[in-house]
Amino acid sequence: MRMIEGGHGFAGDPRAVGGVGGHIGAPHSVVGQRVVRHDARDKVQAATAYAGDWAMPGMLHGVVVRSPYPSARIRGIDTTKAAAMRGVACVLTARDVPRNTLMTDVPGQTTTVGPLRAKLHVLAEDRVRHQGEPVALVAAETLEQARDAADAVEVDYEPRPGVFDAEQALAPDAPKVHDEGNLLAHWRIARGDVDAAFAGAAVVVEGEYRTQFVDSAYLEPETGVAWIDSDGVITIRLSTQVIEHFRDVADVLDVPQNRVRVIGAYLGGGFGGKEDVTVEVYLGLLAVKTGRPVKMVWTRQESLLARAKRHPYRLRYRTAAAKTGEILAQDVELLGDSGAYAYLSALVLLYSTVTACGPYRVPAARVQARVAYTNNPPTSAMRGFGAMQTVFGYESQMDRVARALGLPPADVRKANALRRGDTLPVGQVIETHCALPELIDRAWAGLGAPTPPRAPHAKVGRGLACNLQPYGRIVWLHDWASAWVGFEMDGSLVVRCGCPDVGGGQASSLCQIAAEVLGVPIDRISVHIADSALTPLAGTTTASRQLYMSGNATLKASGELREQILGVAAKLLETSVADVDLAGGEVRAADGRTMPLRQVLAACARMGVPRSHLAVYHAPAGEPVDLTKGSGKIFPDYTFGCHAVELEVDTETGRVRLLKHVAAHDVGRAINPMSVEGQIEGGAVQGLGYAMMEEVVLEDGINLTTSFASYLIPTTVDVPDVEAIVLESGEGLGPFGARGIGEPPIGPPAAAVANAIEDATGARVTRLPMTPERVARALRLLT
Amino acid sequence: MTTRLLINGRARDVDVEPHRTLLEVLRDTLGIFDAKEGCNEGVCGACTVLLDGRPVSSCLVLAVATRGKPITTVRGLERDGDLHPLQDAFLRHGAVQCGFCTPGMLLTAYAFVEAHPHPDRAAIREALEGNLCRCTGYTKIVDAVEDYARNRCG
Repeated sequence: MRMIEGGHGFAGDPRAVGGVGGHIGAPHSVVGQRVVRHDARDKVQAATAYAGDWAMPGMLHGVVVRSPYPSARIRGIDTTKAAAMRGVACVLTARDVPRNTLMTDVPGQTTTVGPLRAKLHVLAEDRVRHQGEPVALVAAETLEQARDAADAVEVDYEPRPGVFDAEQALAPDAPKVHDEGNLLAHWRIARGDVDAAFAGAAVVVEGEYRTQFVDSAYLEPETGVAWIDSDGVITIRLSTQVIEHFRDVADVLDVPQNRVRVIGAYLGGGFGGKEDVTVEVYLGLLAVKTGRPVKMVWTRQESLLARAKRHPYRLRYRTAAAKTGEILAQDVELLGDSGAYAYLSALVLLYSTVTACGPYRVPAARVQARVAYTNNPPTSAMRGFGAMQTVFGYESQMDRVARALGLPPADVRKANALRRGDTLPVGQVIETHCALPELIDRAWAGLGAPTPPRAPHAKVGRGLACNLQPYGRIVWLHDWASAWVGFEMDGSLVVRCGCPDVGGGQASSLCQIAAEVLGVPIDRISVHIADSALTPLAGTTTASRQLYMSGNATLKASGELREQILGVAAKLLETSVADVDLAGGEVRAADGRTMPLRQVLAACARMGVPRSHLAVYHAPAGEPVDLTKGSGKIFPDYTFGCHAVELEVDTETGRVRLLKHVAAHDVGRAINPMSVEGQIEGGAVQGLGYAMMEEVVLEDGINLTTSFASYLIPTTVDVPDVEAIVLESGEGLGPFGARGIGEPPIGPPAAAVANAIEDATGARVTRLPMTPERVARALRLLT
Repeated sequence: MTTRLLINGRARDVDVEPHRTLLEVLRDTLGIFDAKEGCNEGVCGACTVLLDGRPVSSCLVLAVATRGKPITTVRGLERDGDLHPLQDAFLRHGAVQCGFCTPGMLLTAYAFVEAHPHPDRAAIREALEGNLCRCTGYTKIVDAVEDYARNRCG
């Protein structure tokens, strides 16, 4: 199930290194190889110490008391009974939290809503705004004692009217979730003369689409252990995508930031759901209050109940096209549900706004995007981050345009595909190669010979969908990452980098990069990651950014270290630096002489030349732009992809059977093709879950899907094999020309499936997930 | 009550309350973290161990009920400190990402191939239905199990 293609035919230099520098040997000996990851070797032996596989002597167990109501006033909390129970060490409420209110600034907000200062309470004060909102904390000697005490905390709630739908939340008389009103953010793009384009169009296609709440559903729930280490440093070892939350913990505890240390364990999955703060603030509070180690493990039910979800959207599209299939204009209105708190909603909405017109040239565009507070569970980051929901909109529209004009959907997409030098509606110029036409051809051809239907009432259809997904953070966030690379005296190598590894091979890729540059066998490298006190900070493992950012930092550090070592080696061998190389763990001169690395390193020590280097990589930066004036760069770059699916629809029941899935992405450069394919295959299947089955079902803010028996994610029998096609244009901004590939593959599947269902049956499904019932409705089997 | 558990060929006498699950005893009493807790309701398969050679969700089995029956965790697959060929197949095929499902997945696959030495891909998928994986999309896991089964029979 794999296919790797070289970058021939592309304009870019395949060995471009994103301007970071460092010697790049060619052909690559480690980069591009199907390296077995060190973390995988640990994981098949259950040798990885996940956050929950950690215990401390004298450890307490912490539990969160959560609101059963989606909207209520808290008249009072009585903890007396709970605090007196056997084994209970402490019970905390909002008044015990040194700084209970966290304010978030969302930079770049340029709307009528005004600069966003979103408020979040660590523990609820006088109101709860969603079911599952944390109200109190308990720590006790055993988990049972902690749970019993949590049940005994008496909270006097007065239920209040709530609002459970983003549209209703924006009505003038809607209950206010926050005093400032329910409109959280509003982004707009206006480019070209949209009305004139519609007036002159050969065809105008209108569509309204709805997407649902979904859960990250990582197999490892939110977990951590905290203790007070020497010199009073509050140390928290947990499953997180962002070790920089040590600063949030310090702010809440009102201690200096250097008194909190976060250690990021290898994660049992993240997918964005461990980007916001989870257990760390609660653990810090309990450890400080009791002076003892505390463990907190959220149950699956708790995680499904209360953790941030993906934003459900209503997407309204009007698309104008010429007879040739050329897209003339898009008029898009997006409305998202933020749930009860802001978290990252405004930024998620920005991703939607920027990507609303897809990977196509759209000369005139109007995008209006809003996100509203409701009393539903909060929504925030999840793989794709707002650039996912829009794919269902724009790619459904592209097929409908093609159908209206009687043109092949693939041809319409290829004719409109972005090219280097084109400008997105937001005003950003595409500066790198966009391989969309080739990706479309390859994905479509990958479906092979058509599968015959299994029964007379079964119909087989095919569909495709393309996407663009930013990688790297918004340029006005001035992103950076750092890494340290150093030799030990025996020639073994150490890499230190603050990058959390969510399971995508983040740490292992850094080893491959260092091995490539420094000529060290990969099994001679140890990598230490994700410790806010001991590893150089590298930012979040989100936004498809770690290979790009930490990869570039490691490349830069390795390149500088190489120069240091080769300088000494050249002196020892009495030759020039250009005539020495590092390979196979030794120094090799152009004339065939070799010298053990150990000898060079000893000389470095004598000569006072460092055997390590710390490097910082700064991503291209920019200033916040006014989207409506359409003048700027928003993201460093984008990853493009195309998925093609074949499926069979049972026209008597509406059941859809997925038959084939081909997923093609231009990843720039595959550092480890096995990991790249893994991202593509896994992302595609998460996208199929979104398409076919996943939905957090809420009834007036009450979550009805709080177990894996009711919140269904794809199993082995729900999905077909995914064939990953990896294109390598060498055009990315990451090390060796790599692009981010963590998020992109989740985008296209839902639209590809909807397009294939229409291809099979003529019926269009516009609401996710496309359950048999919804397909049956589209087929008019149900009314 | 003291109960003798046979874990990976070793007898362990453990003081077990009768309501404790095997998963709790393995993790909390014995500090054996080979089985993972993903849902604690028998759906996700992350806590799978072999009981008498058959895969069970250890979160649904009472520890006292396993008395005297052989329990195998993923470390019990290793032979003389070397990886089992199935573990090796998972590595070569890139079937591991976050790894949280991996111990359970390996044990279910191992028991299945023991009982069905010549499976096709569809049969492998049926066998692994009770082990959720959120990262890989399953393709490489099925590749690994297929490859292992093929090589096992020579």
